[in-house]
Amino acid sequence: MDPVDAEIAKTQEERKIMEAALAPNSITFDTELYDGNNRFQDYNREIPANDEEENVDAMDNEVARKLASYTAPRSLLNDMPRGGDDESLGFKKSQRIIDREDDYRRRRLNQVISPERHDAFANGDKTPKPETRTYADVMREAALKREKEETLKAIARKKKEEEENKAAGKGRETVAAQPAQKRRNRWDQSQDDSGAKKAKTGSDWDMPDSTPGIGRWDATPTPGRVGDATPSLSRKNRWDETPTPGRLADSDATPAGGGVTPGATPAGMTWDATPKLSGMATPTPKRQRSRWDETPATMGSATPGGATPAVAYTPGVTPVGGVELATPTPGAINLRGAITPEQYNLLRWEKDIEDRNRPLTDEELDTMFPQEGYKILEPPPSYVPIRTPARKLLATPTPLGTPLYSIPEENRGQQFDVPKEMPGGLPFMKPEDYQYFGALLNEEDEEELSPDEQKERKIMKLLLKVKNGTPPQRKTALRQLTDKAREFGAGPLFNRILPLLMQPTLEDQERHLLVKVIDRVLYKLDELVRPYVHKILVVIEPLLIDEDYYARVEGREIISNLSKAAGLATMIAAMRPDIDNIDEYVRNTTARAFSVVASALGIPALLPFLKAVCQSKKSWQARHTGIKIVQQIAILIGCAVLPHLRSLVEIIEHGLNDENQKVRTITALSLAALAEAAAPYGIESFDSVLKPLWKGIRSHRGKVLAAFLKAIGFIIPLMDAIYASYYTKEVMVILIREFQSPDEEMKKIVLKVVKQCVSTEGVEADYIRSDILPEFFRNFWVRRMALDRRNYRQLVDTTVEIANKVGVPDIVGRIVEDLKDESEPYRRMVMETIEKVVANLGASDIDARLEELLIDGILYAFQEQTSDDANVMLNGFGAVVNALGQRVKPYLPQICGTIKWRLNNKSAKVRQQAADLISRIAVVMKQCQEEQLMGHLGVVLYEYLGEEYPEVLGSILGALKAIVNVIGMTKMTPPIKDLLPRLTPILKNRHEKVQENCIDLVGRIADRGAEFVPAREWMRICFELLEMLKAHKKGIRRATVNTFGYIAKAIGPQDVLATLLNNLKVQERQNRVCTTVAIAIVAETCSPFTVLPALMNEYRVPELNVQNGVLKSLSFLFEYIGEMGKDYIYAVTPLLEDALMDRDLVHRQTAASAVKHMALGVAGLGCEDALVHLLNYVWPNIFETSPHVINAVMEAIEGMRVALGAAVVLNYCLQGLFHPARKVREVYWKIYNSLYIGAQDALVAAYPVLEDEGENVYSRPELTMFV
Amino acid sequence: MQASDRFNINSQLEHLQAKYVGTGHADMNRFEWAVNIQRDSYASYVGHYPMLAYFAIAENESIGRERYNFMQKMLLPCGLPPEREDE
Repeated sequence: MDPVDAEIAKTQEERKIMEAALAPNSITFDTELYDGNNRFQDYNREIPANDEEENVDAMDNEVARKLASYTAPRSLLNDMPRGGDDESLGFKKSQRIIDREDDYRRRRLNQVISPERHDAFANGDKTPKPETRTYADVMREAALKREKEETLKAIARKKKEEEENKAAGKGRETVAAQPAQKRRNRWDQSQDDSGAKKAKTGSDWDMPDSTPGIGRWDATPTPGRVGDATPSLSRKNRWDETPTPGRLADSDATPAGGGVTPGATPAGMTWDATPKLSGMATPTPKRQRSRWDETPATMGSATPGGATPAVAYTPGVTPVGGVELATPTPGAINLRGAITPEQYNLLRWEKDIEDRNRPLTDEELDTMFPQEGYKILEPPPSYVPIRTPARKLLATPTPLGTPLYSIPEENRGQQFDVPKEMPGGLPFMKPEDYQYFGALLNEEDEEELSPDEQKERKIMKLLLKVKNGTPPQRKTALRQLTDKAREFGAGPLFNRILPLLMQPTLEDQERHLLVKVIDRVLYKLDELVRPYVHKILVVIEPLLIDEDYYARVEGREIISNLSKAAGLATMIAAMRPDIDNIDEYVRNTTARAFSVVASALGIPALLPFLKAVCQSKKSWQARHTGIKIVQQIAILIGCAVLPHLRSLVEIIEHGLNDENQKVRTITALSLAALAEAAAPYGIESFDSVLKPLWKGIRSHRGKVLAAFLKAIGFIIPLMDAIYASYYTKEVMVILIREFQSPDEEMKKIVLKVVKQCVSTEGVEADYIRSDILPEFFRNFWVRRMALDRRNYRQLVDTTVEIANKVGVPDIVGRIVEDLKDESEPYRRMVMETIEKVVANLGASDIDARLEELLIDGILYAFQEQTSDDANVMLNGFGAVVNALGQRVKPYLPQICGTIKWRLNNKSAKVRQQAADLISRIAVVMKQCQEEQLMGHLGVVLYEYLGEEYPEVLGSILGALKAIVNVIGMTKMTPPIKDLLPRLTPILKNRHEKVQENCIDLVGRIADRGAEFVPAREWMRICFELLEMLKAHKKGIRRATVNTFGYIAKAIGPQDVLATLLNNLKVQERQNRVCTTVAIAIVAETCSPFTVLPALMNEYRVPELNVQNGVLKSLSFLFEYIGEMGKDYIYAVTPLLEDALMDRDLVHRQTAASAVKHMALGVAGLGCEDALVHLLNYVWPNIFETSPHVINAVMEAIEGMRVALGAAVVLNYCLQGLFHPARKVREVYWKIYNSLYIGAQDALVAAYPVLEDEGENVYSRPELTMFV
Repeated sequence: MQASDRFNINSQLEHLQAKYVGTGHADMNRFEWAVNIQRDSYASYVGHYPMLAYFAIAENESIGRERYNFMQKMLLPCGLPPEREDE
């Protein structure tokens, strides 16, 4: 051990010296920020400070630099899955819906699944029982909520004013005079104070729980609902959930406020409900407190009057009641059986991290380090364990462990991590599911349960199977749910399903399945669904604004089915209260849902209602939503609005003059949507809005103006030429003024409107040239526009549209100079515009001077580009050169010089582009008679065939191909006989782009210039081609197949065929398959008679693979040659006879498929005798069980049906249809059925004559009629 | 049966076929099959105008009457179903 000690001592010595060198005075940092040297006390002193190998930067170190080149490419490393922020989820990306939602969409969780409502249709004229919620109740509540909202706003405003007064020093007595109010204000203020929170949830006030109002009592305690204003999703929220004394005070304060003002909740409904709830559960104050626990009850509905609330608060199900908040120890949480999913996730995550970061024990260290060479040192006397408050804070509050570290005691009551064994074959239950399906775990005796409870249990089981089960389980469960839907009843079903959909941890797949359940159930329940319409809507509406397209479609389907089941009246009654909801989110989704209803039930049915809503005097929100519904209808059903266009416009037109700015905006947007949907028809319907619109653009500014302009932009294209021109001139003044607007949204709208105006027929080029262009270019053609993707697109589109009107020179002339701009994105934008303009309109208008500038600019831009992923420069270059045609001739030497120079560039990308450019301009070079230049380029490219980057090599081959195509085989330099041998090894390259270009080139040569190459070389190529038949890309396989044909044609089939037949003997199956394909192709190109003899001879080889290969080739061959087969069918029949009688299954299978192709090919060509003969050999195989064989046999019989007629096959069938053995009957009926489906009508004449039986007449006398 | 076979076309074939009216199955009896045959026949007569015209001449009826008659006969082409023995 001595040497070790010495070593350690030496190291310590060295470190001391180094530390002295690093003394604080040598370090220059702000001492007032980092207080002196005690800062270093916490630092780790164990790392040697003077080691040479400490070099961190790999590039400074020779060894490291060398090693660096051996690592995987960065692109691969970047692709490697790595744990992101949430390691708990492992490598898999989170599937949960909530993780990809933005804050706005998350507001769906704030919605409350409302209790069911009165169904006026079902109950007829009976007065509803007092406890059922009627439409009137709901409306009253909505009104109350609004009122409360307004009152609160007023209070807030007043408070603010007061504060301002206070600030002005006007006296504090006024505030102190009203203690009760002050208290409330303080509470309000505390909400306000949390600035960030407030910003995020603008609808604090909307949430039913933010104040102890009626909303809370109405609310069904759904699990998904986020109870209070802070969405409990962010991590920091964990602290809120831990019941600290501080929070408790808070929570106490809230209900107290409610308790003081019980009179503030005077809704009749409330008083009905309250005593029931509190009576059955715990005394009121206790329940209020437990709200902070956030434990959603298992039960979905707290329907007033129902028995359900009792279940909801049964301690057995949710043992929330057991947690006494008075003991705010973190460990108390452990007592809770059920925790919310968010909490669970956090716990899991935290536990995981804890586990990984826990201190290593001595034993662990012992196992990690070798026994020799290490020594355990005493900790230095100055060492003190870290006790910094920050670190401590991190460790303390985890509910799973006590502060600092100690092994937590095992708690057998906890359920996480190890899923409990599911009774009765139920699928795995995720911990998040326990609160919903936990009841299934109680192994109660089903007999003892009441029928209702049994039903609930059954539903839960089925739902769990649908949600988590395997596909077969899911399928049967779904079917059972559907079949028994009416038996279960709408209430129990939806009370189970809907809360699941509100579950915060829901994943896409689960949501899809549950939505599917709803859809199926809806179909069965039909009108029974009425009381639950709003409930369902609350859950389904968020789907309408989901970012996933399929979710949106699903949502639409459900709502459409729902409205068909419940009827318009119920739908309106359910959604009417939401139309002027204070929460914008609710109004938005409601409007979308209404548009779906309109498309499901027809617009006319909804019109009277819409009209009333849009004219609502009560609130602007109602008008806003009504108009938004119209907009959504237009977007949803497109041109189908046309029949109702006039009425829809009339309904919303007054909104243009509404007093509320938001209403005016949405009206204009709706008109835009209507016009867009109706285009190019329906201008007459917009007559009434033209005047207000045009007046509006003069008087409005900002957002409203943008909306108005948008509407005009969509209406102008509908107009006749004269009007369009007039109105365009009217609006153009405003547009030109707004060109300067700094607002991005306005910019986009202005560009769009300009595009629409300009493209209209009546707008003259001269007008555009003189009035629009100067300002347009001055304001929009600036570098900044190129930076934003959407601006860029819109600007290019608009400019191209203008160019269509005013011609190429005006536009190109203005921007051509910018091709030499110093900003690359801007150059790219210019290039793209020029490309599109020139491609649309040609280059004939470009004069000599412009042409010069253009080529110059393009060359500059092409050479200066640094990154071009979208190939804008390349495409632009190609488009311009092709448009100019022969006029490029003077510039070609320069262009080719550039290309040649760039082909030699160090960067692969540059070389690739240069080669690509050659293939673009080859045709033009030919037009300019620059064949010598092309030949030269050909030689240059030939020299670069050694290129090692496959992408570049592919492009070089492509360029060669383009040149060969243009100048032909004879004039090609290098000569074909030199070129082709150079290509043969390249065929081995496995890169797709190389393969494709190479095979194209080779195929081209084989087709046109096969004679330039010796046959031996072609044979060599044949071998390479066999491999290529396996390529993944279809284009490559097809090119290969064609090339085989060309080669066989050029050098005769015998040699190629010999190679191919030999290849049938190889072991690899895929290779054999490819070979058989090739044989068939050769047979097709060189006529079958050149191939068949050799092929049939090969069948005599007593080897399975070979024989199967031959049969397979025959099958392909007859598939390819089609009708030609009629000359060969008699020749191959003996061979097929043999194969169909072979013991080997595959023989019979392949032979059957050959027979099929044969039969289909020769149908109607008079080969029936041979086919019947073959059918006799095929028929005994119908009892095969192997799927492939039976498939081939059935298809052969189908083929026979086509070739021989259904009657013949029917006669084969009749013998077995009523066979005493069931197995036989089954097969025969299967054949009969496919025969019947294929040729039902033809069978009529061939059915057997059945004798009458007593009462029953089976004969068909009509067929015996004779005139 | 292997898991992969369970969903292939062959096992589904019968299910697919069963979707069409007029197809049969192993438990079909003489009467059911005959009903199908009769209905197919009448449908075919009605569907082919020349056939209809031929029958009209043979029976000395109008073509419309023939069509009507055939359609009526499709209701119970073979009379009431016989009693099942097993029931």
